[in-house]
Amino acid sequence: MNTNKEALQVSALCNGTVIDHIPADKLFEVVNILDIPSMTTNVTIGYNLKSRKLGTKGLIKVADKFFTDEEVNRISLVAPNVVLNTIRDYQVVEKREVKMPEKITGIVKCPNPKCVTNNEPMTTIFEVASKENGTIKCHYCEKETSIEKITLL
Amino acid sequence: MKNKSLVSINDLSREKILSLLETAGKFEENPNRRLLEGKVIGSLFFEPSTRTRLSFETAANRLGARVIGFSDAATSSASKGETLKDTIMMVSNYADLIVMRHHLEGAARYASEISPCPVINAGDGANQHPSQTMLDLYSILKTQGTLENLHIHLVGDLKYGRTVHSLLFAMRHFNPTFHFISPEELHMPEEYRVFCRKNNIPFTETTEFNESIIANADILYMTRVQRERFSDLMEYEKVKNCYRLTNAMLAGSKPNLRILHPLPRINEIAYDVDDNPKAYYFQQAQNGLYVREALICDVLGIEVE
Ligand SMILES: [Zn+2]
Repeated sequence: MNTNKEALQVSALCNGTVIDHIPADKLFEVVNILDIPSMTTNVTIGYNLKSRKLGTKGLIKVADKFFTDEEVNRISLVAPNVVLNTIRDYQVVEKREVKMPEKITGIVKCPNPKCVTNNEPMTTIFEVASKENGTIKCHYCEKETSIEKITLL
Repeated sequence: MKNKSLVSINDLSREKILSLLETAGKFEENPNRRLLEGKVIGSLFFEPSTRTRLSFETAANRLGARVIGFSDAATSSASKGETLKDTIMMVSNYADLIVMRHHLEGAARYASEISPCPVINAGDGANQHPSQTMLDLYSILKTQGTLENLHIHLVGDLKYGRTVHSLLFAMRHFNPTFHFISPEELHMPEEYRVFCRKNNIPFTETTEFNESIIANADILYMTRVQRERFSDLMEYEKVKNCYRLTNAMLAGSKPNLRILHPLPRINEIAYDVDDNPKAYYFQQAQNGLYVREALICDVLGIEVE
């Protein structure tokens, strides 16, 4: 394991956020959740990087961007063990773990085809049903669904 | 503050349920109270349901309100592709209250969030039908004198039966014991058994339906076993007559037992049960009127003396 090389990758950022320990197969979902395609600052995306914990992982570096808790917690839907490093002046000043949000607005599609959210132009809302079982509940049709089975809008 | 809509029975506290049932009792004493003189109620049945619509519209009329609306989506602008939102916004310009039934689940919740006037859910697909649950509770209270500590036997389709699921949720406040009686294919979904365990509600489960199984019942809640619910029609033929109540089966039942059914029935209650004083399903349907009068007044914030 070449930690120096990795440290170099991370510290190459002056100010911004490094999102680390993203399972490689979830990387592009995380990219979409954070709406990275619409960003105008310098973004580096690492794919299939070697990881001791995960085998391969993804990593996203975003210059001059500091995410709110709400933005960050959305990531938990696809990658619950992601770590966010806030970088200021080349130093990691904060490490944050993502938490499952109590309320999820507008990113998850309801799996129930008879749900009003799949038939009207409107925003989906989910509430956490059980943190232990990893289930969320549609605010509208009241059906519960497992986080592992969700699809994103 | 957001208006007081009634979307889901799960939104009602124990106190709220009891106070609504008390108001319904006042309407049973006197259903004709012109408390809604000058009010207009929008009755929007995007999906037809004659039984529920007539009950709500009778309630509105007995309260002195006027009713506008439609009785199926084919006669509404929804058939021209108008969104639910646009229909709700249009009707809320005219009405003081919207009563709606829709085939999409969550439609009433959504309507209640966008509508400036309150909304009563008269059924949203397989999801909620709170006025049905309230009339079930009213019927139980009225026939048993209490909602507490009852043995409630649910029979038939426990998998898709919306009414039994809502009843289960609503009864959590009243320390019930449930008995689930259904064919294997239509047994109570896991989430409701989890719900019972979490709320310390004791329950038994069986596929047998006979005289001894119902001997300790206070309430026997019958439902339809519908052919279209079965993937295997052989299975349906095998079970369709197993969950049929006959008068002979009631010989050893408790004196206070009452039989409920959301209606319409097909063959799950034999006609010879109708004359048994324990049969309560027709009065149960009638109770819907008093309960709906109470619900309408409640969402409009009208006191009933
Ligand atoms: Zn839904």
